[in-house]
Amino acid sequence: MLADGPEKTGDIERIKNEGKELTKEEKQRLRKEKKQQKKNKEKKDEKAPLESEKEKKPASSSPASQATAQPPTQKASSGVPAPAPVPVAASEAPSPVDKPAKSKAELKAERRARQEAERASKQSKKGEVGQQAAPSKAKAPPSELQPVVKRLPEHIQVDNPEVLKKLAKKLERQQIPLRSDYGYKVSLFSHLHQYSRKAPLTQQLSIPSSVIHPAIVQLGLQYSQGIVAGSNARSVALLHAFKQIIRDYTTPPNEELSRDLVNKLKPYISFLNQCRPLSASMGNAIKYIKKEISNIPSQCKEEEAKSKLQDCIDCYINEKIILAAKAIAKYAIEKISDGDVILVYGCSSLVNHILCEAFEKNRKFRVIVVDSRPRLEGREALRRLVQRGISCTYVLISAVSYILPEVSKVFLGAHALLANGYVMSRVGTSQIALVAKAFNVPVLVCCETYKFCERVQTDSFVSNELDDPDDLIVTRKGKTHLEHWQDVSSLGLLNLVYDVTPPDFVDLVITDLGMIPCTSVPVVLRVKNVDQ
Amino acid sequence: MPGADKETDLSERIEAFLSDLKRGGSGTGPLRGSAETARETTALLRRVTAQARWSSAGDLMEIIRKEGRRMTAAQPSETTVGNMIRRVLKIIREEYARSRGSSEETDQQESLHKLLTSGGLSEENFRQHFAPLKANVIEAINELLTELEGTTDNIAMQALEHIHSNEVIMTIGRSRTVEAFLKDAARKRKFHVIVAECAPFCQGHEMATSLSKAGIETTVITDAAIFAVMSRVNKVIIGTQTVLANGGLRAVNGTHTLALAAKHHSTPLIVCAPMFKLSPQVKNIYIYLSLSLSLSLSLSVCVCEILSKVNVHCPVFDYVPPELITLFISNIGGHAPSYIYRLMSELYHPEDHEL
Repeated sequence: MLADGPEKTGDIERIKNEGKELTKEEKQRLRKEKKQQKKNKEKKDEKAPLESEKEKKPASSSPASQATAQPPTQKASSGVPAPAPVPVAASEAPSPVDKPAKSKAELKAERRARQEAERASKQSKKGEVGQQAAPSKAKAPPSELQPVVKRLPEHIQVDNPEVLKKLAKKLERQQIPLRSDYGYKVSLFSHLHQYSRKAPLTQQLSIPSSVIHPAIVQLGLQYSQGIVAGSNARSVALLHAFKQIIRDYTTPPNEELSRDLVNKLKPYISFLNQCRPLSASMGNAIKYIKKEISNIPSQCKEEEAKSKLQDCIDCYINEKIILAAKAIAKYAIEKISDGDVILVYGCSSLVNHILCEAFEKNRKFRVIVVDSRPRLEGREALRRLVQRGISCTYVLISAVSYILPEVSKVFLGAHALLANGYVMSRVGTSQIALVAKAFNVPVLVCCETYKFCERVQTDSFVSNELDDPDDLIVTRKGKTHLEHWQDVSSLGLLNLVYDVTPPDFVDLVITDLGMIPCTSVPVVLRVKNVDQ
Repeated sequence: MPGADKETDLSERIEAFLSDLKRGGSGTGPLRGSAETARETTALLRRVTAQARWSSAGDLMEIIRKEGRRMTAAQPSETTVGNMIRRVLKIIREEYARSRGSSEETDQQESLHKLLTSGGLSEENFRQHFAPLKANVIEAINELLTELEGTTDNIAMQALEHIHSNEVIMTIGRSRTVEAFLKDAARKRKFHVIVAECAPFCQGHEMATSLSKAGIETTVITDAAIFAVMSRVNKVIIGTQTVLANGGLRAVNGTHTLALAAKHHSTPLIVCAPMFKLSPQVKNIYIYLSLSLSLSLSLSVCVCEILSKVNVHCPVFDYVPPELITLFISNIGGHAPSYIYRLMSELYHPEDHEL
């Protein structure tokens, strides 16, 4: 049975942040390495305590031979998505080539005993931070309840020096400069990156850069400077850049397009990730493209394959973004009645589209645009709406409890919808939903299905993005109090980008599949997975 | 004549005070804290008592009421002025009653029933003349002044009872009372403070720099991140502009959101407010900034061309209902919001609620 996530051994360094299927050769290589390591470990097993074994990852992977399945509750009890590496399970037990002395049955029994002991010791040390140890994982039971074991993405493990070292090595190999953190980080967020906008990654690139396609360099710069912002805009820009790359791509001799192109994309994605952490929508788009590329049959000619891929990308953009927006607008307009006062927050391309469409259809309503520092994206939304002729009011987010008694509905955009029903969106969205709930105003979230994400999250701390802290500095009445904040050791500035809204604040989610409650997100994900 | 000089001098001072109040409200003059305003008002009233011509307590009360109406009209949002006037009126009533030798006033505080019915009972006209009344009143006002000077220290002294070590405390905007409170606790305990900057004026920045210079671990967050970080906060400690008779607050813009977020996470909300902020009557809960000021702060020049089609709202204060507040800490100790009405009745006489 093939698992999704790649194995996390020290040798396998071409690992991307997204889960990806390994090729057959890679899997065989992995299996061999694991066996080798296990053999070395068994030699020191009798003396070494079980704890040290736990730290070494591949030790416990006992493929298919282990009959007892790991109870999923153990993983659930660890809280954060368990970073257990999935053993690339072979369909049968590895033949004991290296241990001719012991018989298969004895080996099995030994392994089982070791794993039981490991499990016991692991349960006693549940509170360890940065646990990357493998619970003794058996082959997954052949049911739909796939234990979706994911690797922890690197960008939320900044406080782990091992992970940082691995990342540095990987980037060195891909010839991409490593971006360094900036400024004093608030202790609650020491596990996240914090970059300065004044030091873009492109400054450290050599000219001409042979590794990274210029379209990607341009895109990375646009991301890091905030020129391209908003999850739809970023995804579309990314897909267009990929189209450009595919156009300029030529298959080197003795290589297959389906494999080589995917490998070519990896350093680009690392680079973009360094410029600005990838959004959930971008992650889904990348997964889709990689799947399409890998599915190109090997006998397909290069030109044909390239045009097919470009068509796929166009189709994706058209279906998932443009047509989805039309469908959502259609559903949402049913919810807008004459005389409504609608509150929107920040600049969501989808919500703006809905309001413009509703105005075209001659609905009579007025809009209140809520804005917040430091991004002040609401001004852009205000500009777009006023240009269409919609009557607008503008307030800052601190005035939202003042203005809410006038409001009849709240429309919010989303950056991603998580599998436990939480809405991840621009920071401040959860606050607006909270106050709206207190005033009994309905909250409607508009989100395309391609932004649905399998992650789960309950608070805004474990996975977030920290923007440039210098953005908070402002001059009022001629004085800039925070100008020299770096000189004061106990002062920190926090510029969060996202926050999560609990599902009880949200009354309805409008997607291209229809109007669903927040808690139906995993159902939609499951349906999508089955379709694929 | 010396009498006339004193009078003109007195009226000059009152005019100067009134113009100060007017300028302070429009944002052009120097911003003064409410403690300062309270002290100046009381000092001015003492001067009025000393220098104005009056023969009986009733006359004095009339004079003070007249001046008080002018002062509150000059700056309606500054409620401490009205509060101090009511305090002084109450002092005069008490001194008068003491001079007359009656103890009726004290009985009034005994029961709720008496509180409700006492309004119609008073048939005093305060016409009797007592020689030592002036001196007594001035002495009582001096006591009031001493009390006012010590309010911040009295509140700060209670800090260690409420803050334990390794706490995360959230506050919003800038309050001198809360600043003193936290700095006092920081002398003995280590804790972390998160300050919400409170746009558009961003007074939180000044508060944060001041706290961090005192060695307190401080973080500045934007208003939008209040709910996002609230789950890690142990206590919310805020100051306020006014405490209302029902136990609610009129506080700086953004406080209601903060209070709702704290309620959602069951985080205690503590309000540090000295007694002179208690106000029996507040005419308008929401005060706007003048339009030009609000526009310049909220929007920037680049959207000038659409400004004519857009309404901009920039309220200065928020109303926070008493259900969201856990505790009031004042210079006379800690109280629950449900007790505020009682304190109100001790400080002010019901007839003075309407100046």
